Amino acid sequence: MLKDITLGQYFPGNSVLHKLDPRMKIFLIIIYIVTIFAANNPLSFVLVLASAFVLMLISKIPAKLILRGLKAVFFIMAFTAVINIFWTSGEHLLLDLGIVKIYMEGITYAVFMIVRVISLIIGTSVLLTYTTSPIALTDGLERVLAPLKVLHIPVHEFSMMMTIALRFIPTLIEETDKIISAQKARGADFNSGNLMQRAKALIPVMVPLFVSAFHRADELAIAMECRCYRGGEGRTRMTQLHYQSQDIVMLIVMLSFMAVVIALNFIF
Amino acid sequence: MEHQYIIEANNLCFSYKTEDGGAFPVIKNLSFAIEKGSFVAILGHNGSGKSTLAKLCNMILTPDSGTLVVGGVDVTRNDLSEDDIYQLRRQIGMVFQNPDNQLVATIVEEDIAFGPENLGIPPKEIRARVDDALRAVNMTEFARHSPTQLSGGQKQRIAIAGIIAMLPDCIIFDESTAMLDPIGRAEVMETIERLNREKGITVLLITHYMDEAIRADRVIVMNQGEIFLDDTPRRVFSKVDQLKSVGLDVPQVTDLVNRLRTDAGFSIPADILHSAEAVEVLKTLYQQKKLRIDREEK
Ligand SMILES: Nc1ncnc2c1ncn2[C@@H]1O[C@H](COP(=O)(O)OP(=O)(O)OP(=O)(O)O)[C@@H](O)[C@H]1O
Ligand SMILES: [Mg+2]
Repeated sequence: MLKDITLGQYFPGNSVLHKLDPRMKIFLIIIYIVTIFAANNPLSFVLVLASAFVLMLISKIPAKLILRGLKAVFFIMAFTAVINIFWTSGEHLLLDLGIVKIYMEGITYAVFMIVRVISLIIGTSVLLTYTTSPIALTDGLERVLAPLKVLHIPVHEFSMMMTIALRFIPTLIEETDKIISAQKARGADFNSGNLMQRAKALIPVMVPLFVSAFHRADELAIAMECRCYRGGEGRTRMTQLHYQSQDIVMLIVMLSFMAVVIALNFIF
Repeated sequence: MEHQYIIEANNLCFSYKTEDGGAFPVIKNLSFAIEKGSFVAILGHNGSGKSTLAKLCNMILTPDSGTLVVGGVDVTRNDLSEDDIYQLRRQIGMVFQNPDNQLVATIVEEDIAFGPENLGIPPKEIRARVDDALRAVNMTEFARHSPTQLSGGQKQRIAIAGIIAMLPDCIIFDESTAMLDPIGRAEVMETIERLNREKGITVLLITHYMDEAIRADRVIVMNQGEIFLDDTPRRVFSKVDQLKSVGLDVPQVTDLVNRLRTDAGFSIPADILHSAEAVEVLKTLYQQKKLRIDREEK
């Protein structure tokens, strides 16, 4: 059950998107997000949504996986949609229910918002999380942010922490499952009672989980020391990053796409 | 000058500091030398100081007194630089019990690259070392897998590969098979033996399994922070009573033969380690008509 969480799960493959330089992907995603928020007319939104699906096709990630990610934010989407529908006022009144008035603009806004969120999720998951190994991602971030080291921001340390967190998420999830089963076997009840009682029932899960996490952290630290880890200084990397022609092509495509969407703003 | 020993310890002492400011001695005046290329098993009951000794050997812990010479370099002298310590850790690799808590990266080959990366090796050479290490543990086809998809034995082999990639002279295995199922254990033991034979890597194998210890050239038995026995497996395991007195077992076969000797009074050798040898002994007894075999008819 807990294993269904796909947060930050890399889906290995060898599509173009998988092969892009992670640094480039970070730039691309920034451009893409700017584009999504620059869109403000129906044609742009159609283009943005279409581009999300094109990216999805290029990535060869099963649509099922991505839809699962969308399901997770369904509630947020529905909520924003409702807020937009009821709280936006405009000129074209559609429905007057006394206190609430529904305007055409509200519905358009809601649709736009949904398109934005969907494109955002598909775009980020397909461009980044699903097609970039977490290590490549943190690595890319570390390199993109490397200039900040001058300001004494511990970029390497942050990226190492992130790498380790990502590495241990599945392990700890598995462990949580085990502890829950073990406590259930001892008669623990997680599914009844009010919220307080349920939260209390989780204490016997959290305590062993934390103890074990600290124990793991201790062992991992020693293992890392044994493997000569001493921070970012003097460290080399096996995977060297070089921008390839595909990176440049994607950058040009993405920039043109942004230009088109922004240009459409002026036309409409 | 080539040194004969990879690790030489002289009067090594170590104690953990207790909360009330006292000291809890764990390693007491230990002296030993490990020959280059040898395969040494270290036995001892829980708390006898095996893991502590291993951590002293690569300076995760610093001895209170005594000297430790690794690869001909005294690593306990005072003017030791940080670089020297890392050089030492590169030479003496360490594989622990829980494979999950040793793997840093989410992709097998990136994890193996972790050690060489820390050493500042040029990227091309890291690549070559990673490929070699994967081959050495027979895991080449899993290079791009995530460790979470692997079995315990496979994960442990990746942990070993991560050490091999640092080109160590010696690897210390601290109960590295303890969490594995029989298949995983067999895989890992086979890998360890191969590294010792083919790559000439010195192996220090800390274990609770007697059937693993008999595969070594030499067995050191620790008790209360001291060396209790230090000899070939055959001679160590023939001292059944002594071993039992420090809370250790002997291999089942040795135990059986020993009981035939002491309890049933047969005059047979005490230093039997392998079942094949035991079968030979029993066969001789049978042929000499000293032993009768009752077969149960079904
Ligand atoms: N970090 C520590 N702080 C204080 N005491 C410790 C620490 N680690 C180990 N000890 C104590 O030192 C003694 C030796 O421990 P060590 O882990 O070396 O034993 P071991 O032979 O490896 O045992 P095992 O077979 O259980 O792994 C034990 O009594 C233990 O309680
Ligand atoms: Mg131990």
